[in-house]
Amino acid sequence: MDIKKDYAVQMRAITKKFGSFTALDQVDIDIKKGSIHAILGENGAGKSTLMNVLYGLYQAEEGEIYLEGEKVNIKNPNIAISHGIGMVHQHFMLVDNFTVTQNIILGNEVVSGAGVLNMTKAHEQIKDIVKKYGLEVDPDAKIEDISVGMQQRVEILKALYRGAEVLILDEPTAVLTPQEISELIKIMHNLAKDGKTIIIITHKLKEIKESADVCTIIRRGKYIDTVTVSEVSEEDLAEMMVGHAVKLVVDKTEADPKEVIFEIKDLVVQNERKLDAVKNLNLKIRKGEIVGIAGIDGNGQKELIEAITCLTKSKSGTIKINGKEIQNTTPRNVINHKVATIHEDRQKRGLVLNFTVAENMIIENYGKEPYSKKGFLNKKAMYENAKGLIKDYDIRPDNCEGLLVRGLSGGNQQKVIIAREVTNEPDLLIAVQPTRGLDVGAIEYVHKTLIRERDKGKAILLVSFELDEVMNVSDTVAVIYDGTIVETFKQGTVDENTIGLLMAGGAADGKNS
Amino acid sequence: MEKIVNLLKKQITSTIIAILCGFIVVAILLTLTGYSPFEAFGILFNGIFSKPKYISQVIIKATPIILTGISVAFAFKVGLFNIGAEGQYIMGTIAATVAGILFDFPPVLQIPVVVLSGVCAGGIYGAIVGFLKAKYGIHEVITSIMLNWIAFYLGNFVVNTQRFHQPDSTGTYIINESGFTMFLYGWKRSEEGKAFLMEHPVLLDVILKTDVNFGIVFAIIVAVAVAILLKKTTKGYELRSVGFNKDAAEFAGIDVKKNILHAMLIAGAVAGLAGALTITGMSPHKISTMGTFENYGFNGMSVALIAGSSPIGCIFAGLLFAGLLYGGGSLQSAIGAPSEIINIMIGTIVFFVALTKIVPVLADKLVKRGEKHAR
Repeated sequence: MDIKKDYAVQMRAITKKFGSFTALDQVDIDIKKGSIHAILGENGAGKSTLMNVLYGLYQAEEGEIYLEGEKVNIKNPNIAISHGIGMVHQHFMLVDNFTVTQNIILGNEVVSGAGVLNMTKAHEQIKDIVKKYGLEVDPDAKIEDISVGMQQRVEILKALYRGAEVLILDEPTAVLTPQEISELIKIMHNLAKDGKTIIIITHKLKEIKESADVCTIIRRGKYIDTVTVSEVSEEDLAEMMVGHAVKLVVDKTEADPKEVIFEIKDLVVQNERKLDAVKNLNLKIRKGEIVGIAGIDGNGQKELIEAITCLTKSKSGTIKINGKEIQNTTPRNVINHKVATIHEDRQKRGLVLNFTVAENMIIENYGKEPYSKKGFLNKKAMYENAKGLIKDYDIRPDNCEGLLVRGLSGGNQQKVIIAREVTNEPDLLIAVQPTRGLDVGAIEYVHKTLIRERDKGKAILLVSFELDEVMNVSDTVAVIYDGTIVETFKQGTVDENTIGLLMAGGAADGKNS
Repeated sequence: MEKIVNLLKKQITSTIIAILCGFIVVAILLTLTGYSPFEAFGILFNGIFSKPKYISQVIIKATPIILTGISVAFAFKVGLFNIGAEGQYIMGTIAATVAGILFDFPPVLQIPVVVLSGVCAGGIYGAIVGFLKAKYGIHEVITSIMLNWIAFYLGNFVVNTQRFHQPDSTGTYIINESGFTMFLYGWKRSEEGKAFLMEHPVLLDVILKTDVNFGIVFAIIVAVAVAILLKKTTKGYELRSVGFNKDAAEFAGIDVKKNILHAMLIAGAVAGLAGALTITGMSPHKISTMGTFENYGFNGMSVALIAGSSPIGCIFAGLLFAGLLYGGGSLQSAIGAPSEIINIMIGTIVFFVALTKIVPVLADKLVKRGEKHAR
């Protein structure tokens, strides 16, 4: 295709190498002004790398970038921003103890006179953008106190505040509820109508179908195809992405639940602001059953999990596993009672990034035989354990037991955690957002693992902000709203809309309570 | 080409480059101020290597800063900044002096008692910092700095108490000789020993004229022990996991608070050992009223930085540091160049070591350039 002025971004023959690894190999892409353009690919396919090249975070070894027909040399993000390119990263880049407003204006402060901040003016400017695109946020809340979903809005606002004309969204829907996703899609359409160009990096086929006009598929660093979204099916997209046909529906048999093994009674947990975030919550999980908690981020899920894992104190109520109360003890005690947890924040809570894969695999068992003998680590046992798990769970690259876990892709990092937690042979496996940021292939794998463990007779608690996931994988769906379980359903007895309404605080009959 | 690049990526290469940069900067400074850098460096090296006695002195001087260096390096490795090595060192000297004066057991018992007093004092002093951090979340740098001053004045207080103060001096009494850790101390002062040494001038130089002592042996043992503790033991695994990511460690059931406490206890004990060995192994075997910090702990920070936080590396960095200080001492008398020039050199080396993360990056650039040439 020729270089044309009505294309916001055109990239030609982009090649990017990391050492001997070729992340991008002669990739071309053409993004029309005012369009919503999806970039689809598995984890590690190079889609984020391509956009990081556009945003100036990486320098390509080869290739050219044209913005509206003009050749540009984007050496760093500042140049990208000055060309009107904004990017919202998958891992947010916000200052936790700053307010929303402070974060938005950071690096681009409104000053009056001799370098004095003009917060009133900043407030107004932000309010205007908020209103124009319907991005509701509390401008005075601190980042550490707001949900991940809200933090993402702040990131989008930040880019818009800097005058972005081309907005790159890296995995934007990973943490949103169906309602929030449809709001985001609405926002994206508003932005596109206003002449802004949206590039969305994703592996979620459904959202591409709902939001994007055009989709470019990248596989293993190579350009595969660019298609008009309305002309292809989800299955077609999946096949192009993975390279072979995939099943999009979770395959599982009917659950065969046994006795109740885990029980929460009248649990009350306070959040950091000393407000009740979990309110008289009751929940039972039986052996051989997956209970999925559906709910919007910020309705007490985080506090519930922290209370179960004893990272935070429960104010009242009981949590029982195998008939024994574990609330208000220690994380070690919970693990000893055969509860294993796949935490939602894999880099903060799940892994020590500067440890090797092998070291991470024994983080709960390092003190036990055979990994520890008389106070000394048994490196051989540690590596053998890792080698086995790497093979069983298909963790890549091969033979990565001695590599720092930091160097693995998100999906493989997640596999390290899942491998570790599942091999702990827990009675209760808690999986919080286990597929966040993973690609179709890896998601399928995670779901299969959860179901396999269920079939072995384990109790599984799945917490996810993705309603599809909860509805497809769980045997019982429990809807959480405002810190309490409002309803539970057997899988298949209820539709997405009913649950969506309950999640938003409505009643099951459709009326707002 | 590949070999060069791989070589450049090694930490030791970066450190050597940093040291060379230190020499270059100082050479420029010397030239600008009208001294010959070649002459100055000649004097410096002569001051370190020309006599066995000098080498011996360098090793003696290196012992305490190797240990405080290990203390700081260990803390770095487990995610803590032990700026309090100075205070822990002082506590070590105070406790060793007090124990060395109060008790007078046979050497087999006296030496362990004196040395362990210092180790315990330093360890407890470090543990206070760890406790305050673990229990109340107070940053270790703040508490350490304050505790440094408390140790400083506690030392001056002890010097001036009647029980320990030697009249008409600025210091305490000398510790009992049973606590000395000099090499062959009794023998070298006996008639037989003197006669033997007279016939062997090299040994005479090294053994009789310096405080050659067992400290360096302790320092090497501690360096190896700390390296093993960190890399090979279960405790080291815990300490490192807490240092790298305490949230993940906590979630995996590791007691974060206990490990912070232990880490500071160990760091403090090593710095305390440095203090104790200074008292037992080096003249004047006592503490004196201090006007300013003696900088053993702070120099340990430079040593740890030069060593890239490797406990074993601290041995070499400590020797380098002590060599520069000792050899540089003669600069002023020999050519009149201010001896501060050595401090500038050390500062420059530390600065460049901190900068040397650049070297691997440059090595990558070299690869890229090579590839472009190849095309």
